[in-house]
Amino acid sequence: MTIEINGTPHDRTPRPGQCLRTYLREEGCFGVKKGCDAGDCGACTVHVDGTPVHSCVYPAFRAAGRRVTTIEGLASGGGLHPVQQGFLDAQGFQCGFCTAGMIMTAAALTDAQRDDLPRSFKGNLCRCTGYRAITDAIEGRPAAVCPRAGSAVGANLGAPAGPAVVTGTARYTFDLDVPGLLHLKVLRSPHAHARILSIDASEALAVPGVEAILTHKDAPERLFSTAQHENEAEDPYDTRVLDDVVRFAGQRVAAVVATSEAAAEEGVRRLRVEYDVLPAVIDPERAMEPGAPLVHGDKGVAQGIVRADANVVGELHAAIGDVDLGFAQADAVYEATFRTPRVQHASLETHGAVGWLDDDDRLVIRSSTQTPFLTRRAVSRLFGLSADRVRVVAGRVGGGFGGKQEMLVEDLVALAVLRTGRPVKWEYTRAEQFTAATTRHPFVMTVKAGTRTDGTLTALQLTVLVDTGAYGNHGASVMHHGCHETVAVYRCANIRTDAHTVYTNTVPSGAFRGYGLGQVTFAVEQVLDELARMIGMDAVTFRELNVVRPGDDLTAPGSHVPDLGIGSYGLDQCLDRMRAAASSPASSAASSPPEGWLVGDGMAIAMIAAGPPGGHFADASVTLLPDGRYELAVGTAEFGNGSTTVHAQIVADELHTTPDRIVIRQSDTDVVRHDTGAFASTGVVVAGEAVLRAARALRARILAAAERSPSEVHYLTAETVDGISLTGLGPMTERGHFDGTPRSVSFNAQWFRVAVDPGTGELRILRSVHSADAGTVMNPLQLRGQIEGGVAQAIGATLAEHVDVDAGGHVTTAAFRQYHLPTFADVPFTEVHFADTTDAIGPLGAKSMSESPYNPVSPALGNAIRDAIGVRLTDLPYTADRIWQALHHSG
Amino acid sequence: MDLHTVTEVISPAEPGQWRPGDAWLGGGTALLGEPRPHITRLLDLAAAGWPPLTVRDDGVEIAATCTIAELASGLGRYGIVLQCCHAFLASFKIWNVATVGGNLCAALPAGPMISLSVALDGTCVLVGPDGGERRVPAAEFVTGEGTTVLRDGEFLRAVHLPSAALGSRTAYRRGSLHRHGRSAVLLIGRAEPAGGFSLTVTAATRRPHVLRFPEAPSAAGLDAALDTIPASQYVDDVHGRPVWRRHLTRHYATQIRTDLLAGRRPT
Repeated sequence: MTIEINGTPHDRTPRPGQCLRTYLREEGCFGVKKGCDAGDCGACTVHVDGTPVHSCVYPAFRAAGRRVTTIEGLASGGGLHPVQQGFLDAQGFQCGFCTAGMIMTAAALTDAQRDDLPRSFKGNLCRCTGYRAITDAIEGRPAAVCPRAGSAVGANLGAPAGPAVVTGTARYTFDLDVPGLLHLKVLRSPHAHARILSIDASEALAVPGVEAILTHKDAPERLFSTAQHENEAEDPYDTRVLDDVVRFAGQRVAAVVATSEAAAEEGVRRLRVEYDVLPAVIDPERAMEPGAPLVHGDKGVAQGIVRADANVVGELHAAIGDVDLGFAQADAVYEATFRTPRVQHASLETHGAVGWLDDDDRLVIRSSTQTPFLTRRAVSRLFGLSADRVRVVAGRVGGGFGGKQEMLVEDLVALAVLRTGRPVKWEYTRAEQFTAATTRHPFVMTVKAGTRTDGTLTALQLTVLVDTGAYGNHGASVMHHGCHETVAVYRCANIRTDAHTVYTNTVPSGAFRGYGLGQVTFAVEQVLDELARMIGMDAVTFRELNVVRPGDDLTAPGSHVPDLGIGSYGLDQCLDRMRAAASSPASSAASSPPEGWLVGDGMAIAMIAAGPPGGHFADASVTLLPDGRYELAVGTAEFGNGSTTVHAQIVADELHTTPDRIVIRQSDTDVVRHDTGAFASTGVVVAGEAVLRAARALRARILAAAERSPSEVHYLTAETVDGISLTGLGPMTERGHFDGTPRSVSFNAQWFRVAVDPGTGELRILRSVHSADAGTVMNPLQLRGQIEGGVAQAIGATLAEHVDVDAGGHVTTAAFRQYHLPTFADVPFTEVHFADTTDAIGPLGAKSMSESPYNPVSPALGNAIRDAIGVRLTDLPYTADRIWQALHHSG
Repeated sequence: MDLHTVTEVISPAEPGQWRPGDAWLGGGTALLGEPRPHITRLLDLAAAGWPPLTVRDDGVEIAATCTIAELASGLGRYGIVLQCCHAFLASFKIWNVATVGGNLCAALPAGPMISLSVALDGTCVLVGPDGGERRVPAAEFVTGEGTTVLRDGEFLRAVHLPSAALGSRTAYRRGSLHRHGRSAVLLIGRAEPAGGFSLTVTAATRRPHVLRFPEAPSAAGLDAALDTIPASQYVDDVHGRPVWRRHLTRHYATQIRTDLLAGRRPT
């Protein structure tokens, strides 16, 4: 019996317990994606005899004698299926990992199902877009354009990878066939804190197919941090590839490398480990207490840990002015304590890497990473290899959100490749994403603020506790960043900050979109909202009176790199949008509240630095190819952030050509000298600046070849320079570099109108308005998408998401069924407005706009709920049960 | 996901074949949705070829292997059937594969086929290793979160829904933390033509609870009956706090009583 795949019979018999998804991928259909592996996300959707199914929970043996259609076989005759065309035209994707499943689902809908997309798509998760662009794709509203030469910047150019994404041919990390591949699986600690006394691998080694077992005895002694920053010393050196002490339930204990996943898993089950279980600290509020178990008591300042004897990784105690004086001057003072939980990035592509030795015996690692160059540096240092003996490549990355600014797999894959000499793959399971990757840092924040009745903010005091979990990756930096722009956006004479980042024996926290700003903004913006209420002033006016203005210094307690300034100012325009939204009558809202529901409005603002302090570097090169096209080489990775599109637009305009004549090579340590990475909102402002410089240098050289000066740019066309054909003039390469300084700031503001059912606690968002100051808008379509996606992700964190850890330190929410991601039905339409500004610093006047739309969302919702129900909710998430309880207990 | 420890599939499977390490396989959507390292063989019931829906004089027999999609198209004319199908957290694509029996046997509080079978006075038909049948009221089939009355080697063959129950008036309420999220509370009220009244509480509680009344209860009578469900029976997990589930149970029960009473008046 054969299985027919896209019209071709396949004779290989599936393994007995195999799911159809794996079988199809083994037969070469890499467009069928492994997202959740549990039937929840829909990325693996295929048609069996014309019926759509989730192939990850469809037994492969059952497909015998049936016809299977995958994304690769959807279109007939070499063109695009109308649904594929719809997704391309509307750019209904960002990272694109969910797209094949979305398309296969949409292509199978009946008319009735198409009329109720929120219900029909409850089995398809997208983490990037917020679903508006997907709705447009399905309902046939095109947006992408193909700009003429010289007019690419500012146009709605589609992503260069779009055609590959919609046809399932875009190659993500694991979408390649590697002959002789070994599979790696790890045994993870069942204890929150333990010393490993012994590991008996004899039974595991006896499993047929097991090739190697790796334990702490095989691992380098060298300490490192999984966090990746240009300045390596930013993070404590507290991690080993495999350690003899485990500090959280879920930490790697040992790795099994085998010829199949099945053998590797069996080997893991047969490892016998003896532990000396140690006392653990789970609650961050107890971590600094005398006598608390020490997570890294064996380390200290030399490893970059401020007070290892009190579990403190980093701390900040600093003031501007005198807060006591400020509170004495205040007519109204408000103080409250806020808590934000762990949140998972939930990129649909999990962490993972494939490593091998190339023909030159060089170590090659293909990884799902935001930082190929820094990962190369980390791997080469760990194993004592020179940088030119290591190559790190990222394919298309299936979502990042900060989670992949981390080396979570490459170190162990490298060890396994070096040990076995064979190709090795390690792909995290969805459960491992929750239990053994990283989460957004949980914060506990007490914010106290005072104002005079005229609206002058007199004092602002922050007490912040950050839980970094068992390892200090990003822990101190997130704290410092979180306590900076959140208060620097306000002119306030008296500010005091006391902040600690502490270790606990829990799953490590890590970089997450917003990098601490979202958490502190959540607290500060709610306290200011309450102050405005106390003095009877509307929230927008109160902000207008107190925010920074053009020419102001951006100051906050603590020492800060002085290269940050206001390169352009659109916050006033953002606030105007908020006022306009608030003045709209309740009846004009997109949907009216049901009878008896409580209605409220709320807003919040946020500011973010365009790039990190202390250095973020990018190299780029642009080459005129012999055929007259251009090749752009840039190090930064593409995971749906869209910076690649903008880079192509920049090159097209600088060289007076069209984006389709630009070939892009990227995210590979072989293509340019260096790139710090795709994080800290730098894709446009740092990498883009390097691209701009390279393109301008090449333009000057091409003009020089025609004996024209750099200013005589009108002599360059898409085909010729001063009448000389570009064909044959190349190859000709120029490079551009940018060191990431100076830096400007971007602004965001979010407004909501909500309704709450007092009988059930159910919350509905009636209207959502977002205003963003991104400087020059390089690509309105993409920028809108980034903002919608950020708002949607933040709505998830505000209304649904929480990674829970029990008293023993175990994560109890390790699947999408326990961890609710926003679906089609959960995300409202958000009106997006751009401020009209041009930045003096950023490339072509542009500023960052990738992390920041996330940040004002939670406090804006908190303020709207407060307005509706009269109760201030301080702990996220705001689920219906908690809202109902707040209403109930407040009487 | 791949079940790497499975070494054999018996398809179609028959009574008596089960041995330790085996799992009865319906659609597979639940079985393949979680790691199952203890399973070594799959006993495929879906290939047995049982007719999904069999109409008899006294009601409808739903085969355990009837998919949700087949149920929705075959019995969707009964509003309560369609409502329970839509109560699935899973999408219509899962409906194409998942089975009624699989949902019952998973025995999750939020299992909507449990809600339906219990509310409509269903009877579960179980087949033992010797091929012998026994019948258990659907209300007694699920004994707790993830547990049923099934014994080793026994499988669920069908659920029988009596005509009288299928034809009676029902009222349905569902509460969830999210619009199309997992059910935190699923209540079905049923008014029988003869005057009987029942309220089936599912999702909120660890197992189904059926409150029966000879006639429509007073508000106080309904409250008193709800009080017989111990507080400890309300589920405590990420899908809703117990105190809220208990409140919603009362809140929706009151609405259901009002609905059914209103529906009894001549128009």
